[in-house]
Amino acid sequence: MLNIKCPYCGDRSQKEFAYGGDGTITRPKLNQEISDEEWDNFVYLRKSPRGKHIELWHHIAGCRQWFKVERDTTTHEIFRTFKPEEEF
Amino acid sequence: MSQNFRLNTGGLINRDKPIEFKFNGKKYIGYEGDTLASALLANGIHLIGRSFKYHRPRGFFGAGVDEPNAKMQVEINGCSEPNINATEIELVNGLSASSQNCWPSVNFDIGAINNFFNRFFPAGFYYKTFMWPKSFWYKVYEPFIRKAAGLGIASLEKDKERYEHKYEYCDLLVTGSGPAGLASAYAAAKNGAKVILAEDKPRYGGTLLTDDVTIDNLSGKDWSEKIISELIEMPNVIVKNRSQVFGYYDHNMMVMFERTGDHLEKKSKYTPRQRLWYIRAKEVLLSTGSIERPIVFGNNDTPGVFLSAAAKEYMKVYGVLIGKKPIIFTNNDSGYETAIEFKKNGVNPIVLDTREDQNSELINEAKDLNIKIKFSYAVIVAHGYKKVKSATIGKLNKEKIDFENTEQIDCDSICVSGFWTPTVHLASQSGNKLKFNDSIDAFVPDKSKQNEHSLGAANGTFTLQDTLKNSFNTGSEVSKNITKKDEKIQIPNTNERKYSAHDKFWCSPLPKGKHYKRFVDFQNDVAVSDIEVALREGYRSIEHVKRYTTLGMATDQGRTSNLNGLQLVANVEKKIVPQVGHTTFRPPFTPVTIGTIVGREIGKEYMPTRKTPMHHWHEKNNAVWVDAGAWKRPRYYKRGNENLFEASKREAKNVREHVGVCDVTTLGKIDIKGPDAAEFLNRVYTNAWLKLPVGKARYGVMLREDGIVMDDGTTTRISENHYHMTTTTAQAANVLSHLEYYLQIVWPELNVNVVSTTEQWAGAAIAGPKSRDLLAKLFSKIDVSNEALPFMGYVEGDLLGVKARIFRISFSGELAYEINVESDFGLFMWEKIIEIGEEFNIQPYGTEALSTLRIEMGHVAGPELDGRTIPYDVSLEGLVSKKKDFIGKRSLAKEAFNKADRQKIVGLVPLDRKSSIPEGSHLVENKNAKLPNPKLGHVSSSCWSVENNNPFSLAILKDGKNMIGKKLFAVSPLKNTSIEVEVMSSHYVDHEGKRVRS
Ligand SMILES: [Zn+2]
Repeated sequence: MLNIKCPYCGDRSQKEFAYGGDGTITRPKLNQEISDEEWDNFVYLRKSPRGKHIELWHHIAGCRQWFKVERDTTTHEIFRTFKPEEEF
Repeated sequence: MSQNFRLNTGGLINRDKPIEFKFNGKKYIGYEGDTLASALLANGIHLIGRSFKYHRPRGFFGAGVDEPNAKMQVEINGCSEPNINATEIELVNGLSASSQNCWPSVNFDIGAINNFFNRFFPAGFYYKTFMWPKSFWYKVYEPFIRKAAGLGIASLEKDKERYEHKYEYCDLLVTGSGPAGLASAYAAAKNGAKVILAEDKPRYGGTLLTDDVTIDNLSGKDWSEKIISELIEMPNVIVKNRSQVFGYYDHNMMVMFERTGDHLEKKSKYTPRQRLWYIRAKEVLLSTGSIERPIVFGNNDTPGVFLSAAAKEYMKVYGVLIGKKPIIFTNNDSGYETAIEFKKNGVNPIVLDTREDQNSELINEAKDLNIKIKFSYAVIVAHGYKKVKSATIGKLNKEKIDFENTEQIDCDSICVSGFWTPTVHLASQSGNKLKFNDSIDAFVPDKSKQNEHSLGAANGTFTLQDTLKNSFNTGSEVSKNITKKDEKIQIPNTNERKYSAHDKFWCSPLPKGKHYKRFVDFQNDVAVSDIEVALREGYRSIEHVKRYTTLGMATDQGRTSNLNGLQLVANVEKKIVPQVGHTTFRPPFTPVTIGTIVGREIGKEYMPTRKTPMHHWHEKNNAVWVDAGAWKRPRYYKRGNENLFEASKREAKNVREHVGVCDVTTLGKIDIKGPDAAEFLNRVYTNAWLKLPVGKARYGVMLREDGIVMDDGTTTRISENHYHMTTTTAQAANVLSHLEYYLQIVWPELNVNVVSTTEQWAGAAIAGPKSRDLLAKLFSKIDVSNEALPFMGYVEGDLLGVKARIFRISFSGELAYEINVESDFGLFMWEKIIEIGEEFNIQPYGTEALSTLRIEMGHVAGPELDGRTIPYDVSLEGLVSKKKDFIGKRSLAKEAFNKADRQKIVGLVPLDRKSSIPEGSHLVENKNAKLPNPKLGHVSSSCWSVENNNPFSLAILKDGKNMIGKKLFAVSPLKNTSIEVEVMSSHYVDHEGKRVRS
C-alpha cells in the first residue's frame, strides 16, 4: 500500500485515493476543430511507461482534490506530488 | 509417563502451574510457559506426525518458526484449526492437539507404504504420474492426491472468534527483541523517536535467553529484562510480544499479526483472538536473527534429530531434555554450547565435529568437562523407525567425500549444527537484492531499496560485541535524523566466547552401495536424490528446480532447507552458490489465519449499510429489501401471502389509478454553486442550460468523452447561481468525481463549487392522478395548481412547519412530484404523506413497481444506459444540442455511431401476450438457425404492464428504427426459453406524455 502525500492534506494511505490515469493529457479546447485521429489520441491512447510517470490521483476519501503524482511504475517510488497548477 | 524428560530445576516455565492438555486423545501435563512442543517433549513424545509425501514418521526438529514438521490440528476455545506449529503455540488448559496427515493413526499409517515404494515417487512425480489418461484426473488422481497430500482439515463451522485490524504510524519499527533489536530500539527511544518493538515469541530477549554471555556483568536474560522494562515505561515506545511482522510492502508498510487470545485461558468477550497491524514506519530495523542450518545425512528426518540450538533452547527455556543419550553433530562451535548445556544437566553427549582436531575457548571448555569429542567425524545414517535408536558414524577422509572407517553407536537423539543462516526474508521482501557472504556461506542483505537496515545476526554479524555496537549506533543514527536529538549512549561491555572458524561441510556422503534417504526439505519431503533427478532431467534455474521438486515451497518457506538445496545444486552443477542464485521470498513469512486478514469486515460488516431516514418505517411495513449499492431499498411491501409479482403489480396499479409514494432518498444529490454554474452545466450536459429560469428543473444527460451515456437526471435552478443536481443512485459517486475532475483539472477557470448533499436530503416521490390533491393538502399555504406549479416546476414550501423543496418531476410517467426535506425530517414527511394520503388510497411502492412504471413509459435507466449506449441509441437525440459543445460531443460524430443500422431502443410484447421475456434474452430472426445464430439485439428491461395487463419489455435492437412491427424471437439459453415477440415503440403507455403535464 502506497503512502501518498496529498499536496493539500499531507501524507495519507493509498486507501484514501483513487487513481486517475495519465496526468499529462490535455483536453482539446471546446468548439475546436479536431481530426478523428487527434480526438482518438485524446480519448483512448495512453502510454504505459516503465519508470517515471506523471499521473492524476483523486483524494476521494479526503479533501476531494485532484492532484498530480510523479511515480516510478516499477518501484512505486514517488518523486513528488503537486497541485495541478504547479506544473513543473 | 509424566514429564520424565523434564529437568528438576531450570527453565523459564512456571512449575507452580501445571496445565492439562490432550494429544491424540491422551491426557498429558505440562507447565505454564511451555509451548505445545516443549510440553510433549517433557513427556517424551517425539513421534508427532507423518511426512507429506512418503508418510515417514516425523518428530520435532526446531523450537520456533524454524520448525518444519510439527504442524498440528489444534482445538482451542472450541475452535479447530489446522497446520498450527506446535513449537509456537503456547500451552493453555484444555488445549487439544492431534497429528495430521496420518491415517488411521500416527503410529500406524497406511500411507507409509509410499515409503517402501519411494522409487515411484521421484521429483516431479505429480507432473509425471498424473498426466495421463486425462479421464483419470477427477476420479482417480485428484481424490488420491487430496487424501495423500492432506495437511490439516479446515473447519466447516463458522469462525466465532473475533479478529481486529489496527493502524499505526511510527518512526522506527524494530522486528525482533534479541540483542540487535533491544539495542537499536533503546537507542532510538532515547532520542525520542516513536518506536514499535515487535517480538514473535512470548518472551523477549531472543538468543540472550539461551546464550552463555554477560552484558555489563548481567546475564543476557537479566540485561534483556532490564532494557525491556525501561522501554515499556517510555511513552514513545510500543513493545509487543507474540507479534510477528510477516510482510514488508511498498513505502515501508509493514504488516504484523499479534496473537492476543489463544494463550489466555479465559478471555473477555471483546478480546480478539488475533490482531492484524498495519504499520507505516519511517525506518525499519530488521533484527530477525538467524536460523541454524542442518547438516544433511541418511535418515536425517527420523524423530529424535534436532537442530542443536533447539535442543539447547528446550533445556534453557523449558527445562526439557530432548534426549538422554545425544550425539552432537556439528561443523562449528555452536554445537559445543549445546553439548556443555547437556553436560551441565547431567547428560553425557558425544560430539562429532567434521573439523580436524582444534582448540577454541568453547572446545577447550568442553574438553575440560570431559565431553567426548570425535574430530573429523560425521553421522552417516540414523537408525530407528519411529525414534532414533543408534547411528552409524564414520571418520571422514581428507577430502571429506568418503569415510575411512565406520561404526555404529547407540544414541536416542542427534543434534545437528551446520552453522547459521541470517533470516533475510523481510529484507528480501522489501526489494533488497541479497548478496552472498562467503565467510558464512549464506546470503545477507545488500543495498536497501526502502528505508530499512538489517542488524546483528540477520545481517551476518554473529558476535554479541559487534551486534550491540552496530545496533546501538544504527538506532541512534537513524532516529537522530528524524527527531534531531542525539543522546549519547554508552555501549555496554560484553563477555562472550570466541568461536573458531566453521567448516563448510553440509552433507554427509553416502558410503558405496548405500541409498539412504537424505532429506533437504522436511516439510515437503524433498530429498537429495529428488534434486539430483531434477537436475539430471535438465532443470537448471533454481526457480524451476524449486517448482519441480517443491523444495522450499512449504509453509516454512524453506527456512532450514534453502541454503542446503542451493549448495546441492551448486555442487552438482559445479558452480558456486551465488551463481545458482536464490529464490524470491514473499509474504507472509509465517502462516497467517484468514480470520486475521479479514478482520471484522465479514458478513454484513463487509461494507457499510446505508439506510434512509424512513428505513424503520419500511421495515415495520413489511418491506422486502433490495441492495442498491450500499443502500437498502424496499423492493416491495408484502401484504399477506403476496409474492414479488403480485405485490409489485398491486403497487404499480395503485400509482396509475390513485397515488403512490416511493422513498427516493438514495438518488444522488449534488449542490452546485457559483457564477459559472450555468456555463459548467452547459458543458457537462448534452442539452442547453444557459437559459433555464430560476424555479425550473430540466432533465439532462451527461456523456463520457467517448460518447457513451454516463448518467441522467434532473437539475433544478434554485436561485441565480445555485443548482440542485440529481443523479442515479448507482452513479452518484462517479458523477461527483467526474464534475470535480473537470472543475479542478480541465476548466479551473470556471468559478463553481460542487458538493454531495445526498445524505442531507430525504426524498419522497408521490405519483399518480391523485398526487396533486395530496400535495395541496400537504402544503395548504402554497398554490400547487398546474398553472402555478407546472411540469418541471420547482417551488419551496412549508410542510407543517418543515421547510421543503417541491419538484414537479416524474419518473413514472404519471402526474408526480418529488418532495425533499432535511434528512432529520424525512420520517416526519413520510408519515404525514401516508397519513394525509389515506383518503386518496395512497400506498407505498418499492423499486419493482418503480421499474414497471418507468419501463412501460419507455423511460431509460441503468439497464439501457449500460456503458455501451450513446444518446441516439436510447431515443435521447432530442437532448443532444447541435449548437454548443459539451463533454463527449466530438465522439458522437464518429462513423460507427452514425451508421444507418445503428442499434436503437424498442419495445417488445410477446405474441401470446402471456409469456414474460427474461431480461438478457437475445433477439434473433430465426430461433432454429444454425449456431452461432446472428444476434440482433438484447432485452434490457422487462415488466408486466399494469396498463395493458400483459408483459412488456425494452430492448436494444440493431436497426431498431426500421424494425417496428417485425416479429422476432427472444431466446434465453439460460432460462431455456424462446418467445416470439413483436417489435413496437418503446413508449407503451401515454405516447404523447400528457399525464405528466396534466
Ligand atoms: Zn487531500
